[in-house]
This record gives sequence, structure tokens and C-alpha cells, in this order.
Amino acid sequence: MSAMPGVVAINTFREAVRDRVLYNLVFFALLMIGAAIIVGQISIGIERLVIVNLGLTAISIFGLVMAIFIGVGLVYKEIEKRTLYSLLSKPIRRWEFLVGKYAGLILTLVINTAFMTAGLAVALFYVGRPFVRSDASILIAIYFILLALALVTAIALFFSCFSSPMLSTLFTLAIYVTGLFAADIRDFGALTHSSFIKTATSVLYYLVPNFHDFNSIAVAAHGESIPFALVWQNTLYALMYIALLLVASSAIFSRRNLK
Amino acid sequence: MASQIPAIEITGLTKDYSVGFWRKRMRRSLDHLSLRVEEGEIFGFLGPNGAGKTTTLKLLMGLIFPTDGTANILGRPIDDISMHRDIGYLPEHPYFYDYLTARELLDYYARFSHYPAEERRVRVARVLERVGLASAADVQLRKFSKGMLQRAGIAQAIIHDPRLVFLDEPMSGLDPIGRHEVRDIILDLKTQGRTVFFSTHILSDAEMLCDRVAVLHEGKLRGIGSPGKIVSLEVQAMEILFEPVENQPLPSNLAQHATPVGGRYRMEVPEAELYRTINDLRSCSARILSVSPVRPTLEDYFLGLVERKPNAPVEAHAQ
Repeated sequence: MSAMPGVVAINTFREAVRDRVLYNLVFFALLMIGAAIIVGQISIGIERLVIVNLGLTAISIFGLVMAIFIGVGLVYKEIEKRTLYSLLSKPIRRWEFLVGKYAGLILTLVINTAFMTAGLAVALFYVGRPFVRSDASILIAIYFILLALALVTAIALFFSCFSSPMLSTLFTLAIYVTGLFAADIRDFGALTHSSFIKTATSVLYYLVPNFHDFNSIAVAAHGESIPFALVWQNTLYALMYIALLLVASSAIFSRRNLK
Repeated sequence: MASQIPAIEITGLTKDYSVGFWRKRMRRSLDHLSLRVEEGEIFGFLGPNGAGKTTTLKLLMGLIFPTDGTANILGRPIDDISMHRDIGYLPEHPYFYDYLTARELLDYYARFSHYPAEERRVRVARVLERVGLASAADVQLRKFSKGMLQRAGIAQAIIHDPRLVFLDEPMSGLDPIGRHEVRDIILDLKTQGRTVFFSTHILSDAEMLCDRVAVLHEGKLRGIGSPGKIVSLEVQAMEILFEPVENQPLPSNLAQHATPVGGRYRMEVPEAELYRTINDLRSCSARILSVSPVRPTLEDYFLGLVERKPNAPVEAHAQ
């Protein structure tokens, strides 16, 4: 395996860490978790449910904002600022550059999510709730959030290869929202009498990633366990989509004239 | 000097861009360019803005793809990634990751050549010294001036000791001292046996540095050869510098051709009329300060080329 993507990934991570916007996002995410503590304190008897719910939602939303807003600029910024010109004169293939950029952002998301997870743990500890075995479902829910973020990043990167950040953001958000409600859309199609709508909603269901399956926040908040099979299923599902998107991104980007 | 495998061999390289709202019209940016650069040469690539110089360099770097034609660098096709280990490239108006310091930037680029950490440290320090950025090594690039960015760009192009260096307008944005230093770097590279291919519109630099130059205009190669060959050495006229006798007006036949230059006069006359003019000057007791031949410069050639209609015949040698 080439070491080139690793070199690019570390630099992408360094860029994100030195970007003040990122700190703001982490700050607001921690603020949300702080708010969860306050809300939890006034929710007598259901502190855990409220704190876990709000905390995981904050991790998910702020992670999503990071994945989309940094992801759509990953390639675009390098072309616009022409930093890519000197980089591609080095012995690095375009796909290695893409994979490196992707890996760098994933690393950033993982580390930020780890910080926010620590914040959530502090919040739970603060309300005096001992950690129990079923809390493993919180970690699994966070893992699912990370898988979803990795998938969103791959979608953002894909659009970033041929579109402006504004359009890429719109497209990525549209796919994310459609993916959240993919099953509902398919069920809605099944209720109609139009065969065209039935086919279209069915195609849409299979085409867009089903983000709903990555959402285990409510399950974790209620302290229920998450089946291990779902962990495997979600992991394979996300990896497959990510691989497809990275291959498609590489194919497009490798043929692109950098003006 | 020349080895069997040329440093650069370009054959019929052509690039069309689609233009217009529907992108249906094509505009030819480079038109069947063919040239060969030998190893160890300093090769100047000249042409006005929009001539196709940057397009050629981008094609060679694999940043854009040719519509037609092929190119080999150091005997390998331009899509062979291994070739990039042996080349360096300074883009036009370089811009780098502004959150990095110059040292971090060069260390980043050096990593692509798989140098161990200690060697990277030594190389980075050496090249920063070489381009005059040692004192700004730990300053973030966002605080760099245009000239400093240009130096950082040159540094990243040579950090891995490439056999062939492509420089797109390397003197752009540099003050006279910076230009002098870049000229020294280019000459140093030649001394080390490296090949330098640089585009420029600063003709004095090309005349001073280049073994050979190619002139490009409207995407077409207009001439290639040594600067002396590109420019005809034939004398165009004779320049006479003289001082008239004080308070004595110049005869009208001289006055109408002479231009006053700080108490002296300068005039250009055809070579055939030189002796007659000298006699005229002697007859009015003018003091002749110098007589020198006027030869066209690369700049004159360049200007003539720009003013010439696109289909006018090309006088320069084509290899």
C-alpha cells in the first residue's frame, strides 16, 4: 500500500486542527453537552435518557456540519488556491491524493468525536450516574454516527471533485436527508397506484445510502442493547458505499483538467 | 552534453479548451508543439501572455490532458508517475498551504520522496538557506510576501534534487536582488548537470541564462534555437552619439534625425550612410563620442512576433 495518502492525510488533519472554525464547532458541541447536563438535572429520574439523547444528537449534528462543510472544500480549495499544482508534480497519483484528503478528514472527525464523547462521559459522571454495562450501546451509537459521518464525507468528497462547494453542500445535504427517510419514501411509493412512482421511489431507496439505520441514539438513550449483527451490517454497508464513492471520485478526478 | 535520451521530447502536443456557455466552441491553446530539450540545458520558453507557455507546462505536469500529441520527460511518458521523482515544478503565481510554516511546507513535500526524518531536516534547512528564506523558516506562509512565496515555490521544486526543473515565470514578483538570486540558483543547477526548463517574458533573463530558447505565440512555436540564432545578428543600423559645438545650431539634415540626450545627441543611421553622416558631423565640428552597431535584441524579435499577423511567415529557425 502506498504511503502517499498517509502524508496527505496528516497534512489535511493539520489544516483542520489549525482552522479556527473547527474549534468553534467543538466549543459549541461541548456547550450542547453542558446544556444537556442542565436539562438532565431538571429531568428528575430520566437524566440519563436526556443527557445521552442530547449529547449524541449534538455529536451527530456537529459532526455532520464538519463532514459536509470541510468535505465539500477538500478538493475544491486545493484547485482554487492552486496548492494542488505543486503537489501533483510530486510522485503522487490523483487517487492517492483523494484517499489522503478523505482519510485526513476522517481522522479529524474521529478525534473530534472522541473529544465530544469524553464531554458526554463527563456530563454523565457529573449527574452522579455510575457507568453500567449497557452503556456500551452509547459507544456503539457513537460508532454508528462515525460510520454515517464517514459516508457523508465520501459523498461530499465525491461532489467536491466536480462541483462548487455551494452545490456540493446542497447535493450532499439532499442525499443525506433523502437517505434518512429512504424507507419512508419507498413505503410512500408502495402506497401509490403509479407504477412510475413505485419504481422511482424503489430505485431511490436502493441508490441512496440508508442513513436511518445508522441512528441508534434513541436505543442508546433508553439503555437498550444494540444487536451485534447490526454492527457488522452497518460497518459493511458503510464501507461498501464509501469504497464505491471513492472509486467514482477517483475516476472523475483522474480525468479532470485542472484549469 | 546531449545524451541519447532527451530531457524533454514533445511531439505534436495540442490542447483545445471548450468555451462559451454551452461549451460547444473550441479554442486552441496549444497547436501541435514539437520540441526537444537535451539534458543539462537551460531552456527558455518565451512568449507573451496567452501564448500557451503555462498550458504546455501544465500538460507536461499532468495537470491537464492533451487533445493530441505526446510528450516524454527523461525518456518516460508524462503519465508515468515514477518520472515525477526526478522532476521539480514551480507553478505560475505559486500559492501554498498558508497555515504551514516554510519549514513545515518543505518537510511535507520532502516526505513524498521518502526521505527519513533526519535527512528531511537537513535538506529543508539547506534549501531554505539556498533560496534566502532561512530567517523566515518558522513563519506561517500566510504572512509571506509574493516574492517570499516565489522563493518557497522554488525551494519545493528543488528540495529533492531533481534532474529536471520546470519553472513557470520564476522571476515573477521578485525584486532585483531576488531575481539575481534566482538566476544564481538556475546557473547552480546547470553547474550540477541539471536541466532547467523555464518560461518567462523577461527577455533579458532568457538572453543571459539560456542555452536555447523557444518562442511561442498564439499556441504555435515560432522559433527555437540559441538566443543568438533566434535573433538575427545582422546590423540593423549604426548608432552615433555626438556633442555639437556649443551655441552652434545643428544643420537641418542632422537635426531632423538626431535626438537630444542630456546635452548630447543620439542618432541612428543606415550602415550605408554612416560615413556621409560622420563627414556631415565633422563639417559642423561636432564631437563624435561613439559609433556602435544596432543589433536586434530578443525583445525586438518578441515584439515583432506579437505585432505580426498570425499567418505571417516565421523567420526564426525551427528545429
